[in-house]
Amino acid sequence: MKILVCITHVPDTTSKISFTDNNTKFDSSGVQYIIGPYDDYALARAVELKESNGATVTVLNVGTSETEPTIRKALAIGADDAIRVDAFPENGHFVAEQIAHIAKENNYDLILMGRESIDYNGGAVHGMVGEMLGLPSLSPVMTLDIEGNTAKMAREIEGGKEYVEVDLPFVAGCQEPIAEWKIPNMRGIMTARTKPLNVVEAVDTTEKTELKNYELPPEKGDCKMIDPDNVEELVDLLKNEAKVL
Amino acid sequence: MSSILVFAESTDGKFKKTSREAVSYAAELGGDVTAVAFGDIEQSELESLGNNGAGKVLHAGDDKLNQGVIQAYASALAQAVEQTGAEIVVFSKSSLGDAVAARLAAKIGAALASNVVSLPDTSNGFVVKRSIYTNKAFVNVDMKEGKKIIAVKKNAVGIKEDGGSATVESFSPDLGDTDFAVKITKTEKAEGDVLLPEADIVVSGGRGLKGPENWDMVEELASELGAATGCSKPVSDMGWRPHHEHVGQTGVKVAPSLYIAIGISGAIQHLAGVNASKVLVAINKDPEAPFFKAADYGIVGDAFEVVPKLIDAVKASND
Repeated sequence: MKILVCITHVPDTTSKISFTDNNTKFDSSGVQYIIGPYDDYALARAVELKESNGATVTVLNVGTSETEPTIRKALAIGADDAIRVDAFPENGHFVAEQIAHIAKENNYDLILMGRESIDYNGGAVHGMVGEMLGLPSLSPVMTLDIEGNTAKMAREIEGGKEYVEVDLPFVAGCQEPIAEWKIPNMRGIMTARTKPLNVVEAVDTTEKTELKNYELPPEKGDCKMIDPDNVEELVDLLKNEAKVL
Repeated sequence: MSSILVFAESTDGKFKKTSREAVSYAAELGGDVTAVAFGDIEQSELESLGNNGAGKVLHAGDDKLNQGVIQAYASALAQAVEQTGAEIVVFSKSSLGDAVAARLAAKIGAALASNVVSLPDTSNGFVVKRSIYTNKAFVNVDMKEGKKIIAVKKNAVGIKEDGGSATVESFSPDLGDTDFAVKITKTEKAEGDVLLPEADIVVSGGRGLKGPENWDMVEELASELGAATGCSKPVSDMGWRPHHEHVGQTGVKVAPSLYIAIGISGAIQHLAGVNASKVLVAINKDPEAPFFKAADYGIVGDAFEVVPKLIDAVKASND
């Protein structure tokens, strides 16, 4: 079985978000980058499937050379090799075109990624890749088991779960609790240094959206404190001041 | 007049509130609004989308379309786009909406913007504002010429009601086996609860509640307020509450009018899932809890003393 895991290189979840160049560029100074948390779940499940069912796991990232430490971390976690499409991930459509192009050349049995990236939160890439390849796509997937040529999954729906079955190959956007995040061990880190990381050029695409500028939300005012012995005041404020009750 | 389609998502035969908001958004864009609805839905419910601004509802009532069949919905919507000549398709942001919108965008070659929080600015192009970095920032994106798909974030424009009624047309899309490649074998749903992503009020509990046995008061407060219940990540990780209640950066992102956090310290990952709420209330015994920096109203106190008093106060105010 050949598994492709697509990962994003994103600011740590605790990062303070700010912009530079007249609000047209993300300010990456002092920002720690990580594998997208949802992608990390997908990767962990792929490595488990490699151990239980036998598989090769290829990691794919669309990004500039800055993302290589993040890719090496994925190799240290247990992926066998990696591909970096050498381009800035402009938008979901651009990334989907790159993934679909690589996938067409390599015939993967399973294409996994996170349900969404935590920077742009579009949650669109898995669906776009599925459509571009003519394969089923599912998201958000909470459990994934493979027997023979069939996968059984639980997909989260609002307020519950839906259990589904589908034949390989397909594309899935993953989320917890599909697997526990894996922390690379020393041996993984050492072997990751010599695992293949192939850099390929991006294919041309026609982009239909153009980024104009970023904005930060307005500053929050002070928190109004209420005496714990006078909670009636809170109900009164919610009713008559905030008008939400 | 331009033609606009809306994917009107329903559960158990009822349109979701967010779908009504998507119809309202489409009506604000100005044009002929046609909603597309799937599965078993009664005539009066279909017509009621007119109240939110739909002139027409295309109803694909086939039983096979009762559940969230992502590929089939995308194929059907592509055919509806063709049939109506629609230039814009509006979705409400949801896990199903995202999945269908993405496939549809690739299928019809449309520009896609998700998590949209404003009507477009058409003074120079077609610029919409999207929420990004899990509500920590926004980006303005120009959707260039051609077909456009907009997935609207909850509370972007609100639900409009004008008392209208939509005409309903039966719609029989041409769907094949590949559209049903994914077999849905079973569905599990929490019964009778207010759905968390849809709720107007959310009451959430954290580790400060000490154990799952103490959730009765959270549920009682929620029930008095007509609210949904949520929880922090540690609470769902420890299995105190089901996973679908986990609110935060890697869980459900909510945007209610009122969010009440009980015994939740307010880690940045939790706040990312709630900061689109209109009003935040924090109840925590630690005056240094970071939630108080994000909250509009706060009470420093022991949840086990404050919450029962709050339940009484809400009851008194409801009477």
